[in-house]
Amino acid sequence: MTTKTPSKLEKILSQGHLAVTSECGPPRGSNPEHIIKKGELIKDHVDAINITDNQTSMTRLCSLAACIRLKLMGLEPVLQMVTRDRNRIALQSDILGAASFEINNILCLSGDHQSFGDCAQGQNVHDIDSIQLIQAVRHMRDEGKFLGGDDLDGKPQMFVGAAANPFADPFEIRVPRLAKKIAAGVEFIQTQCVYNLDKFEEWMKGVRDRGLHEKVYILAGLTPMKSVGMAKYMQKRVPGMDVPDEIIERLKGVEKSKQADEGIKICIESIQRLKECEGVAGFHIMAIEWEEKVPEIVEAAGLYPRPKLN
Amino acid sequence: MRLQYPPNIRIVRVPCSGKVDLIHILHAFEKGADGVCVLGCLEGDCHFNNGNLMARRRVEQAQEILNSIGIGGERAQMYNLSSSEGPRFAQYVTEFTEKIKDLGPNPVKLAKNKAA
Amino acid sequence: MIVADRKPIEEIIGYLKDHKNILVLGCNECVTVCEAGGKKEVGVLASALRMHAKKEGNEVKIDEVTLERQCDREYLDEIRDSIDQYDAVVSLACGVGVQFTAEQYHSTPVYPGVNTCFMGATEKRGLWTERCQGCGQCILATTGSICPVARCAKRLFNGPCGGSTDGKCEINAEVDCAWQLIIDRLEALDRLDEYEKLCPLKDWSTDRAGGPRKVVREDVQQ
Repeated sequence: MTTKTPSKLEKILSQGHLAVTSECGPPRGSNPEHIIKKGELIKDHVDAINITDNQTSMTRLCSLAACIRLKLMGLEPVLQMVTRDRNRIALQSDILGAASFEINNILCLSGDHQSFGDCAQGQNVHDIDSIQLIQAVRHMRDEGKFLGGDDLDGKPQMFVGAAANPFADPFEIRVPRLAKKIAAGVEFIQTQCVYNLDKFEEWMKGVRDRGLHEKVYILAGLTPMKSVGMAKYMQKRVPGMDVPDEIIERLKGVEKSKQADEGIKICIESIQRLKECEGVAGFHIMAIEWEEKVPEIVEAAGLYPRPKLN
Repeated sequence: MRLQYPPNIRIVRVPCSGKVDLIHILHAFEKGADGVCVLGCLEGDCHFNNGNLMARRRVEQAQEILNSIGIGGERAQMYNLSSSEGPRFAQYVTEFTEKIKDLGPNPVKLAKNKAA
Repeated sequence: MIVADRKPIEEIIGYLKDHKNILVLGCNECVTVCEAGGKKEVGVLASALRMHAKKEGNEVKIDEVTLERQCDREYLDEIRDSIDQYDAVVSLACGVGVQFTAEQYHSTPVYPGVNTCFMGATEKRGLWTERCQGCGQCILATTGSICPVARCAKRLFNGPCGGSTDGKCEINAEVDCAWQLIIDRLEALDRLDEYEKLCPLKDWSTDRAGGPRKVVREDVQQ
């Protein structure tokens, strides 16, 4: 497949390789050291690094600035952009800002509700939703125009992504929702982290039945469990998360000091199984505050070294 | 039955405790009553179905308001008994009178007397 | 209707501390239905305020009047002859009524006695829930008569988001996911194929964002 942007991620996917991406949360302050450190840790093991955008509505250093930092380090960032905090003027503006630093990947999201975060009394914006944001980026990139209709000087060369959650309700609408995002112009998808492999494969079957896997690159999301406590928390307290009891039982069956290793093992096994799932184009490894494990997971899953692009 | 009960009770008869409105309770306190108790039939036995349940709700609303303005919600109470239970009537009103005596005069009345 | 809720009495007492002749002004429409500011509530508030004032040793006169509504001049005119004897009004009408009363009676302070909350319906006595935010461009025809602007916490036009769980919103297990409701209704109406239609960007200029709004009907103006 030909590529439409200079995005390294797009190139790798278009050449038929399984892509590997990961994610970093920016610091809760202006100290960029964290980003630099995390970037250094994983740079040889991933094709692109997502920077989250005030995730769970906790105010952090902005995704755009952190992406610029990564870009200046020679790495490939994915700008996550939520529609919760910015209106269409600011969204277009930030897209242009990112593009001006040759950031070529964007992930369009609605964002967690602000009541989850540190500014529960704040307003939310939601001027447009994530699907309309996908349309907006494609419009700016392909037509070279602002939403208002004027021509813009320098089209943002963005490879457009979005999230998908096969585990949220209602399940029957999750394939049609993916179809909607594709109709809006999305080019790659990163899913919510997968623990329930059966359900994920059921969703993928629905995706394949409609030929959607040929219209978009789907990267399966994975997060290694650090402990049985983390597994229980994610099962009970995180909306849209599906953690089967078998995972919890498996972690329980191992002594506390070995649970983290077991969690990594489960993660690697999942990758091995999903490699066989038709339509899975890669993996998005979200090792939240555990980025040092990413190289180990990538290597054990047989995804190292990362393909070199000419 | 000719049972003894305190002489300072002013009885207002109503066909059902459900006839007592929140405003009646508040007006009584406004006019200087030290305490207001609503006596209704046993729950489940109301002749008019749920009049006594409505009365209980209104007494609770009155308690909340009296608390918020510093008069004291304990001055309003609801009691349930059967109309044939003479001794229980005497017991409740005696109990209530003791309680109100302990609480002292209605602060509204006190202030009015001070001003006079 | 407009749904409002009573303000805490301590707050109202605070507004009135320097006033001696007060009118508690109720409204016979929306706030009566949601039991916040009708004739009954006026009576209760006035009584409570009187008792509090007496307890504090303050000589205060508190009168009670309930108008049909406070958003039409013809009803507010009914107190024109008596307004000057009051040095303050506590209006239990919605925010509209409080303001409109103040506009008619320029030199009398008018304080709000309720918090105006939203446009909603009575689910049952004692429970009122939001349905409309007055965006000015109603899209209910495309969403099975369920409004994503008022009922989706993120006002998504192409929902649901990934936080929808068991038909409930991620913010609170008691809040229905508006998009689940929309999908269920489209299904019941045999119109689920409309789900995949992309909803265009909203024109918010007729919403609050565009500034204070008005509706003009020259054909009915005199």
